[in-house]
Amino acid sequence: MTRLPTADHEAQARQRREASKQAAERRLERERGLARQAAEWLGDDLLEVIEFRGQLTVVCKPPRLHELLAWFKDELAFDMLVDATAVDYLKLEGDYPERFAVVYHLANTVREARLRVRAYVSEEDPTAPTAGDIWAAAGWAEREIYDMYGLEFEGHPNLIRILLPHEYSGHPLRKDYPLRGRGERDNFPVIRRGDAEAKA
Amino acid sequence: MGLEDLLGEGFLATRVKDLLAWGRKNSLWPMPFGTACCAIEMMSTLSSRYDMSRFGAEVVRFSPRQADLLIVGGRVTLKMMPVLQRIWLQMPEPKWSISMGACASCGGVFDTYTMIQGVDQFIPVDVYIPGCPPRPENLIDAVRLIQDQISSHEVQAHIDEITGIPSLPRLQHMQALRAERARLADAPLIEVVQEPAK
Repeated sequence: MTRLPTADHEAQARQRREASKQAAERRLERERGLARQAAEWLGDDLLEVIEFRGQLTVVCKPPRLHELLAWFKDELAFDMLVDATAVDYLKLEGDYPERFAVVYHLANTVREARLRVRAYVSEEDPTAPTAGDIWAAAGWAEREIYDMYGLEFEGHPNLIRILLPHEYSGHPLRKDYPLRGRGERDNFPVIRRGDAEAKA
Repeated sequence: MGLEDLLGEGFLATRVKDLLAWGRKNSLWPMPFGTACCAIEMMSTLSSRYDMSRFGAEVVRFSPRQADLLIVGGRVTLKMMPVLQRIWLQMPEPKWSISMGACASCGGVFDTYTMIQGVDQFIPVDVYIPGCPPRPENLIDAVRLIQDQISSHEVQAHIDEITGIPSLPRLQHMQALRAERARLADAPLIEVVQEPAK
């Protein structure tokens, strides 16, 4: 026997939706508070706090990045690094101070809050401090950034390629990198019928 | 031919190379190189509904040393190509290969820096299968085409290419070797057993 939805079920579903909406609003309010705290702590080193579709990003000046991340971990108990990634603004419309940015996605799993921290990195000196000493999870994510964007992380213990072959040259997620590559995919020995194993 | 009448039942006159080809084509041992959704169709082809064992090609070997049919099914990336080449070279002769599906044959929709635009650029391919992914029937058809190639002695052409000796001179060469062996067998053994002088 199948149970058809009754008025009672619909009311319960409406209540659940309402409750989760309120929880999201409470969370956003909490995140705004945390971002405000971070802005006060940074003072002049804050560039801006961006709120977009209920998500907050704290943009700081590069020299304070490592300090800020450590502060988030130690003082505000952001115990999880969800992801670390980078952006290449080369062909993006708008005014950006530098070509690249590194972005750290943080989460506080106890108080349920998520924040993003961004710092711009220049093309001439594409280096940023590693966050591996704060969250161990940063290690592989930073290797991926290095692999794809060519940004280097000071203090990273093992900054080598993670996805592409080690002998690969170039960083394919840079926006000036051609989609079809620079001939890497055509650069293999041709094996004909009858070639022996020693040739490989 | 009167030979079968002469010898009675249980005998069949044929050529050795035909017999060999008949044996080879009905017991192909595939090496599956499945890297994407084509591999799912390959598994389907091998299992009970389509049952590739009807065509004698059900003994899938995950060691290239024990296989004679390479089935490349799926995307092959920059990082995977050296692996594929090594697997091909590890397979013993005679061997055949099938490029299964759009990605293996031409890169498919993945026209990017990391995708090989067709494995036939770097390893030999005997039969291509179109489709994304191809249906099991297509794979069975490809195996049948390989079987046709084997029974039409394309394998002999392959061996000739490898050794650099074409079929007829090769046969004469083998006959000469055999004659030499027979001559040695008939020759007095004194040369062989005599100990070298000290």
